[in-house]
Amino acid sequence: MMNHIDLSSVLRRTLACDLYSNLVTRPTGAAVRGQIEEMLEDSGPRALTVIDFSHVSMIDLSCADEVVAKLLLRYGAGTSSQEAYFLLRGVTEHHHDAIEAVLERHELIAALEEDDGVRLIGTLSEDERQAWDAACSLGEGGAEAADVAMRMGCEASVAEDVLETLCRRRVMMHVDDRFVAVGTSRDG
Amino acid sequence: MTTVNTVPPSLDDHSFEQVLEQLAPVPADAKILLDARHARWASPFGLTALLTLAQTRTERPAFAVPELEDTASYWARAGFFHHAESLYDLHGSYPKKWDGGESNSLLDITAIAKSSDVHDVVGRVQTRAKQIIASELHLDTKAIIGFTMTLSEICQNILEHAGQGGWVAVQSYRWTKRLGRRVVVIAVCDAGLGFRKSLESSPGHLPTSRWDDAAALEEAVIRGVSRYRDRSRGQGLAGARNYVGRWNGKLSVRSGTARISIVPSWDDDPPLVEGLAPFQGSQVQVIIPESVSGTDRA
Repeated sequence: MMNHIDLSSVLRRTLACDLYSNLVTRPTGAAVRGQIEEMLEDSGPRALTVIDFSHVSMIDLSCADEVVAKLLLRYGAGTSSQEAYFLLRGVTEHHHDAIEAVLERHELIAALEEDDGVRLIGTLSEDERQAWDAACSLGEGGAEAADVAMRMGCEASVAEDVLETLCRRRVMMHVDDRFVAVGTSRDG
Repeated sequence: MTTVNTVPPSLDDHSFEQVLEQLAPVPADAKILLDARHARWASPFGLTALLTLAQTRTERPAFAVPELEDTASYWARAGFFHHAESLYDLHGSYPKKWDGGESNSLLDITAIAKSSDVHDVVGRVQTRAKQIIASELHLDTKAIIGFTMTLSEICQNILEHAGQGGWVAVQSYRWTKRLGRRVVVIAVCDAGLGFRKSLESSPGHLPTSRWDDAAALEEAVIRGVSRYRDRSRGQGLAGARNYVGRWNGKLSVRSGTARISIVPSWDDDPPLVEGLAPFQGSQVQVIIPESVSGTDRA
């Protein structure tokens, strides 16, 4: 299942006010995340959720921590029964620094949709970056570990380990025995 | 008996120390009169600190307003008297009308007591900050984004740690005396717990052999320690520190009897000052200077 969450709409509902388009303060961030989590409850056991920043003027560190980092921490820790993936959309320079700072603080990664494709931001190893790039370059149908290994110039088992790590970190998913990078498939 | 304390003609974060030194031996419940009749200028820090000072007194203080019409008018436009009326017995003549937002400042003195106040402040500052930072300070767009973020985080410090409301003001002016350039200044003051008591309230707090206001400021400002165990906390001041570092600005945080500063090359303040006259709560100031020939751009 694929969800699209327009953060500015959630923000307006949270504050019950149309005046603000800034995601600021920790209580606001916690309330917005609460609403997102409620929406995800109805999303089935496996879902990709697009978090859309397009109409958000700016986000501060505290709010980015509550909305982005804590959401990823919750669903990436393996404590949730849901297999939830997230794709950040509409992130501009007005949001980027705050999001990247909180991801780095928690050693998280997130998939970020840009005009020319999807890239990862946050804390990731060089192997992870190479495996991601390789999987993306192999097309939207996903990739097998052996193909990724060839592009990385390593053993298939090594590539598979790295791809599995990216799956655990919720930026790569298993689809029919193939590895699909979040946001690169036609279906999401 | 009323103790009279003189407000210096030029009131900023440094000269405000003279006010605090005069007050140090005076008990909190003693009647005081702050004499600002000869004041001519005050920075955002000076004005917000004056309001904060009144909140530290158990006996309602008196305040003699500046005699100079221009000064009184400026302070009125910045919202000082509007807020001071509820904290001081004001003596002297001053403009009673405050339009709120009609001054040339980026943000008139504003009370911060709840999360929605921070939303309001950020919303109000955004457009004018964009114009001033780009056209007057000649800084990159990224400086505008960081500025609003820093303002938001510093204001939130009040909500998270002070235990009571505080004040914020933002102004842009030419700082002829010390820098000879335009600056934009954020001042955020509260009379709350202060950093030392806030950190002491942490469940796992173990005071070091040298535990005082200065040590608490070092923990919070330099090492990003918060009273919360949550790893997410303590990012606000770290973000402000990074921001001033990137744009050649200055960050000063005063709490209790100490002040810690991130000092740029254009300033000669010591990074840490101890043994100051006591002042309840926390007082933060951020100064971002005009860029000279693009050298301050990140």
